[in-house]
Amino acid sequence: MQAKGWRSLIWAALVLAIGVPIALAAESEQLAWRGPVYILAGFAGIIALALVLVQPLLIGGVLPGMSAYRSRRAHHWIGGALAVAVVIHVAGLWFTSPPDMIDALTFSSPTPFSPFGVIAMWAIFAVALLASLRRRLGLRLRTWRIVHIPLAIVIVVGGVVHCLLIEGTMETISKAVLCAAVLAATAKVMADLWRKRTLRAERA
Amino acid sequence: MTIVVISRRNLLAAGGSVLATGLLASGAPGLLLPVRAGGLAPTESMTGGANNYRKGAPIVERIGKGGFWMSGTVRRAGDGAPLAGQRIQIWAHTVEGQEHEPQSHGATLTDKDGAFRLEMPQIIPIFGQPHGHLAYDSGEFKTVFLRPIMRSAKDTSLEAHFVLQPV
Repeated sequence: MQAKGWRSLIWAALVLAIGVPIALAAESEQLAWRGPVYILAGFAGIIALALVLVQPLLIGGVLPGMSAYRSRRAHHWIGGALAVAVVIHVAGLWFTSPPDMIDALTFSSPTPFSPFGVIAMWAIFAVALLASLRRRLGLRLRTWRIVHIPLAIVIVVGGVVHCLLIEGTMETISKAVLCAAVLAATAKVMADLWRKRTLRAERA
Repeated sequence: MTIVVISRRNLLAAGGSVLATGLLASGAPGLLLPVRAGGLAPTESMTGGANNYRKGAPIVERIGKGGFWMSGTVRRAGDGAPLAGQRIQIWAHTVEGQEHEPQSHGATLTDKDGAFRLEMPQIIPIFGQPHGHLAYDSGEFKTVFLRPIMRSAKDTSLEAHFVLQPV
């Protein structure tokens, strides 16, 4: 019973961490002054951040009721969805104001959050591309982790800083909570991986 | 009276120019220092300042229904003399339209003290920052594009100051 309660608590926390900021952003008065494409672009960004929270939870096996196999499959698909969300985010912003998007992509934007987002974007694209080629390239798990883990850290840190510095539709507190959850989930999964590695090394 | 707006950008720019001047001056003291001595330095265009600029917006009493005040001064580089009758163009993403739309653009002229003030609709955050755009682009002086940022999205006024350099 206790285990079951704990299980539903984790899922409920995840649903709230993602659902509340999206619901509050949907209530933002800023939406009234935005066109549909700009609104879509903004929400694609929020959803991308939410997916970045789900990714470490899946691969770390933290989510109750998900087998390791299903978690890994979901991690792959959600990684693809993350890349698509970023493409919609960038394309929608480009459509809304081409000069601002060109400034951002060429690292010549006046907004301090832009380079963080652009670097995270390239890291997401790099992981998606490498993941789709992993089998063909014959990358073993260890090699893959050496590539993926630093890129994952770049995605998480870049994405969180990008989001926190933006003044947009997201409500401040729910945004901060979502960002903190992303950082905490990533830190936990990385720490677990590190501990397992150390244990293995001690046994060997 | 001079109102100095201290923003992160101004500080960075000032810090950068102090650093650059210092380095250059120490490298070639006789060459560079006299040029700047006592003179008011011209305003540099800000990054992204020219984004969504539409050349030749009409001079208007007010942009749209108003409610927000954009103001500032225009002075000459060097002696700092106020420049009267200078055309300043203003645009922003407001409650009445997006940045690129014609109704979001308007121009005004400076008065005899080199000051300008134009009422426009409330500016709202766009691309992550609540900001306005201003341009001096009339040919007599070097073109300058500014992109001041509001301290809070709730502010109902914003200032920008030009120091222009004759062409």
